Amino acid sequence: MAKVPITVTVNGVEQSSEIEPRLLLVHFLRESLRLTGTHIGCDTSHCGACTVVLDGKPVKSCTVFAVQADGRSILTVEGLEQDGKLHPLQDGFYQEHGLQCGYCTPGMLMTGYAFLKENTDPTDDEIRHAISGNLCRCTGYVNIVKAYQHAAQKMREGGA
Amino acid sequence: MAPKTSPEIGGMGHSVKRKEDPRFLRGQGNYVDDVTLPGMLYLDIVRSPFAHATIKNIDISKATAIPGVLAVITGKDLEKYNLHWMPTLMSDTQMVLPVEKVMYQAQEVAAVLATDRYIAADGVEAVEVDYDPLPVVVDPKKALLPDAPVLRTDKKDKKDNHIWHWEWGNREATDKLFSEAEVTVKEDIYIPRIHVSSIETCGCVAHFDKVKGKLTVWMTTQAPHAIRTVFALVAGHVGLSEEKIQIISPDIGGGFGGKVPVYPGYVIAVAASVLTGKPVKWIEDRMENLQADSFARDYHITAELAGNKDGKLTALRIKTLADHGYTDAAANPSKFPAGLFHVCTGSYDLKAAHVEVDGVYTNKPPGGIAYRCSFRVTEAVHTIERMADVMAHELGMDAAEFRMKNFIQPEQFPYKSALDWEYDSGNYAAALQLAMDRIGYADLKKEQAEKRARGELMGIGISSFTEIVGAGPSKHFDILGIKMFDSAEIRVHPTGKVIARFGTKSQGQGHETTYAQIVAEELGFPVDSVLVEEGDTDTAPYGLGTYASRSTPVAGAACAIACRKIKDKARKIAAYLLEAHEDDLDWEPGKFFVKGSPDRAKTIQEISLAAYTNHPPGMEAGLEAVNYYDPPNLTYPFGSYICVVDIDKGTGEIKVRRFVAVDDCGNIINPMIVEGQIHGGLTMGLGPALYEEIQYDESGNILQGSFMNYLLPTAVETPNWETDKTCTPSPHHPLGAKGVGESATVGAPAAIVNAVVDALWHLGVRHVDIPITSAKVWKLLRDAGVKG
Amino acid sequence: MIPRSFEYYSPRSLDEAIALLQKLGPDAKLLSGGQSLIPMMKLRLLSPDHIVDINRIPGLDYISESDGQLRIGALAREHELESSEVVKTKLPILHDTAKVIADPLVRSQATVCGNLAHGDPANDHPATMLALGATVVATGPKGTREIGIEDFFPGLFTTALEPEEILTEIRIPLPPPRSGGTYLKLERKVGDFATAGVAVQLTLDESGACKRAGLGLTNVGMTPIKAVKAEGFLNGKQLDDATIQQAAEIAASESEPMDDIRGSADYKRDLVRVLTARALTTALNRAKGGA
Repeated sequence: MAKVPITVTVNGVEQSSEIEPRLLLVHFLRESLRLTGTHIGCDTSHCGACTVVLDGKPVKSCTVFAVQADGRSILTVEGLEQDGKLHPLQDGFYQEHGLQCGYCTPGMLMTGYAFLKENTDPTDDEIRHAISGNLCRCTGYVNIVKAYQHAAQKMREGGA
Repeated sequence: MAPKTSPEIGGMGHSVKRKEDPRFLRGQGNYVDDVTLPGMLYLDIVRSPFAHATIKNIDISKATAIPGVLAVITGKDLEKYNLHWMPTLMSDTQMVLPVEKVMYQAQEVAAVLATDRYIAADGVEAVEVDYDPLPVVVDPKKALLPDAPVLRTDKKDKKDNHIWHWEWGNREATDKLFSEAEVTVKEDIYIPRIHVSSIETCGCVAHFDKVKGKLTVWMTTQAPHAIRTVFALVAGHVGLSEEKIQIISPDIGGGFGGKVPVYPGYVIAVAASVLTGKPVKWIEDRMENLQADSFARDYHITAELAGNKDGKLTALRIKTLADHGYTDAAANPSKFPAGLFHVCTGSYDLKAAHVEVDGVYTNKPPGGIAYRCSFRVTEAVHTIERMADVMAHELGMDAAEFRMKNFIQPEQFPYKSALDWEYDSGNYAAALQLAMDRIGYADLKKEQAEKRARGELMGIGISSFTEIVGAGPSKHFDILGIKMFDSAEIRVHPTGKVIARFGTKSQGQGHETTYAQIVAEELGFPVDSVLVEEGDTDTAPYGLGTYASRSTPVAGAACAIACRKIKDKARKIAAYLLEAHEDDLDWEPGKFFVKGSPDRAKTIQEISLAAYTNHPPGMEAGLEAVNYYDPPNLTYPFGSYICVVDIDKGTGEIKVRRFVAVDDCGNIINPMIVEGQIHGGLTMGLGPALYEEIQYDESGNILQGSFMNYLLPTAVETPNWETDKTCTPSPHHPLGAKGVGESATVGAPAAIVNAVVDALWHLGVRHVDIPITSAKVWKLLRDAGVKG
Repeated sequence: MIPRSFEYYSPRSLDEAIALLQKLGPDAKLLSGGQSLIPMMKLRLLSPDHIVDINRIPGLDYISESDGQLRIGALAREHELESSEVVKTKLPILHDTAKVIADPLVRSQATVCGNLAHGDPANDHPATMLALGATVVATGPKGTREIGIEDFFPGLFTTALEPEEILTEIRIPLPPPRSGGTYLKLERKVGDFATAGVAVQLTLDESGACKRAGLGLTNVGMTPIKAVKAEGFLNGKQLDDATIQQAAEIAASESEPMDDIRGSADYKRDLVRVLTARALTTALNRAKGGA
């Protein structure tokens, strides 16, 4: 099958590549661009470990073809830290012990990044629903909810 | 316990933020699938659609015709090297790739080696296998019937599907107590097959350097050293030699026991790399992980409890069928075929007990044990905590009062159980009382009575579990004869910085932080100046790995003892520097000083430098120590959990309204991390209690082969866990610590089930097998005439 | 979990997309949200030779109100439906439905029209659209045509769309005053398909009696089910508890569930009864101006 050219802006950097149309976005990020922070956990669109932000929306990158991202903008976990400063969500996860093995963490962060832009003062219940597409096997979610709240508060106070 | 060290030093008792977090938060972790080597090939596996079938032919021609497919490896290829079978930990045998027949659905049949992940997947689809289906045995009870097909035809003299019979305890005394008992209760309890489903699946990158003869394997393993020795023993005849095998366990995306076994995929990848001389990557997808990797539980239990009318228990009797799949490949290093199942007398002072277990072969994947649990302690706890509740309800007694009456009392420790375990310490009543206070037990009972009068269904469930962790004493445990010690190697550098290496391997437990805190506690180095490393067999001291909550009980103890060796030497150096006798020195965290003269002091950093520059004449230079710790006993963490559920009469839905968990793991290294472990453990108790199960139809087809039907709890199903603690230090552990990673997974399911049964007892419900789905509850309600 | 290879097309207009469908024939598949299609392709349950990605066709991502109708374009995402103010205020049933479909990450990609066009009786929007009396607009080589939602699901995983047609719009009549509705779904856990789901949309007359009742059922038959007998039973009646219970029994009798991993047929039929009664109660409250 013919390869197709794509140009995608990833974490602010324009990346051009020739790819097979069947290449999944997650493999494009991990293998073509070597951005391995985005993980694969389930293959069937249930776990959210592969979540990235595509044109401002959180998506499961294992359920999007890379070719669909042509001309669009992607933010991955590697792009969260700005000028040596952690994003408030990253700091929240650190302060509240919101991660253990770290495998679901990038997906949780990227879901939160998009969610907190839309909902700046969420309830715990709203957070729990927001992360219902992201499975975590280590933390029991309690501290992830706290990490989101930590970040939301910091962002309301103008921390980011 | 108030911390002995300052927050700057960050020893035990401080909630030090995790040292491993900065890389994970930036997406800079290094998991197996992140490892890429030049010229690396990809391996993908052809799996059987049948649960039992003869392989008539494997046609690889279409697959090898695909550009980029380099080879297809079959059992016949491995047979040439005698690598088509491998031994299991339980002295059974397991196929790497089959030559004659497959024994479960999703079993490995052939492996495709290709230049690219996508091409390998195309190759897998193009391999044509001709099967002749055989009769399938799914039910272990039917497997034992005289006319059942014998599955292990590879074993010459095998005439049935029975693997082993094991029993423990005093049968006569137990039977006598039962015959004399005023009250007995009996239940059939099935604890279904479940799967850990760490969010990272399993995989490896194997790289055999033909020139050096060295094999390096990056691998999702919880026990890298044991794997190295296994590889050397199993493949020594094809030239692998232990000094030239390096196992690297990089960052691990959750283990929970699922990353202890040696899966065929690892072996095939190693074989492929040895044959080609190229690096080979094999990464499972989720369906392979769920369908073929090690399971847990699958215990068919019949339990009986005897007692008096006043509520005092006397004896326990258990018979169990253990479904092991087609081979006994349980990751069970104990000397007991059923692991530590005979801790099933739990937290109660019984006069006698007897337990029998029979292992059975079926056409299912092998495994057993692997689910955040110390070798069948979950099965044991679930059984006794369920039965205790049945007995309490049968007698019309309050479930808490009943437990209080039967607990082993604090003054009875160390306590020899009816099944011969020596419990090191405990204060069970204190933990239960705290849980009752925290949840407002009396008010809840009142609320329940009012709701029941209105026809509403609410239940309160208790689980007062005792764990048994920290494998283990060499009298009870070994792996291939290797004793189950663990190790620490600590080196202090001249500038007062430390590297500490261990034979364990964190999969998210935070060892890089907690071990550093032990060093900080013992030697007074600030936690920030201690680097912890694990998982590389070329650099770390030999250890048996991380599972069964053994890291703190065993390697943590090794760490403390190695530190104490260093401290002994540091004292001598300090005495030399201070021109004082070492007996005249006192220690406070971070420095030695002359008794009565706190100004005459040498900091540990000054002593570190002196160890290399100005140490006493006749003393060796340097400041380092190694310890291999063989624990004198297991540790026995415990706790009491109380769960409140509300049940929807219309739909059968169960809502866990509140859940209070009081844990006692002895002295705590890092309270933040301990709480996190409990949160996670509780959620892995909730899952099996209400959602998770692996079932097979009569043809051996798996019914929950992906996350579509294998239901992991999300944040929405998971309640806001409430935790608290009591502290009963282990008397034999150097730090007074016990394990904690698994307590909650072990203790939680019984609390949830007990709550559900409590809500339904008045309708005639005595027991419900997990997972308790809405559909099951609905059926119980309608059968009892309740229309929602 | 790797799909087979395919040729990829990214038309920039509906005409171009339809021409591609005509040219490529039955081996072509439309890609919009892709949240059902791509997982099926990864499992190799579906391996189209050609993928026609309509996501770059401008002007199809609207949710708008005109001529007394809510119009949902082919590329409007579930997330947009869920956060739409018009939907929240005028069609809460639709808001209820959107927020229980899969999970938020899937909803940011998945399209509302795709939820219907997939023809899956386990999907949630079909029942809601049946309750609302929606109309589907199909665009093909011969132009556009309207299909009543009750005619849209002829069989399992099939729709009334011709192979060369694209579902370009859903039209929902905006409810008159004294209307209310809701969607209730029982799922084994969040993100699951329904064990059973019930959509109810009511309009009351000035006396408070039922003027119009729409009832749709999810995943309790080979197709989405419009509970016409229950609807007929409710018409003209005051909705007291007894009436609601009776209607619920009738709706349950109209379901045709099967035993499967989510539960027995009996369980699902009874769920339809329980959920219908609850949905009717909520819909009635909403019709009366409550929440």
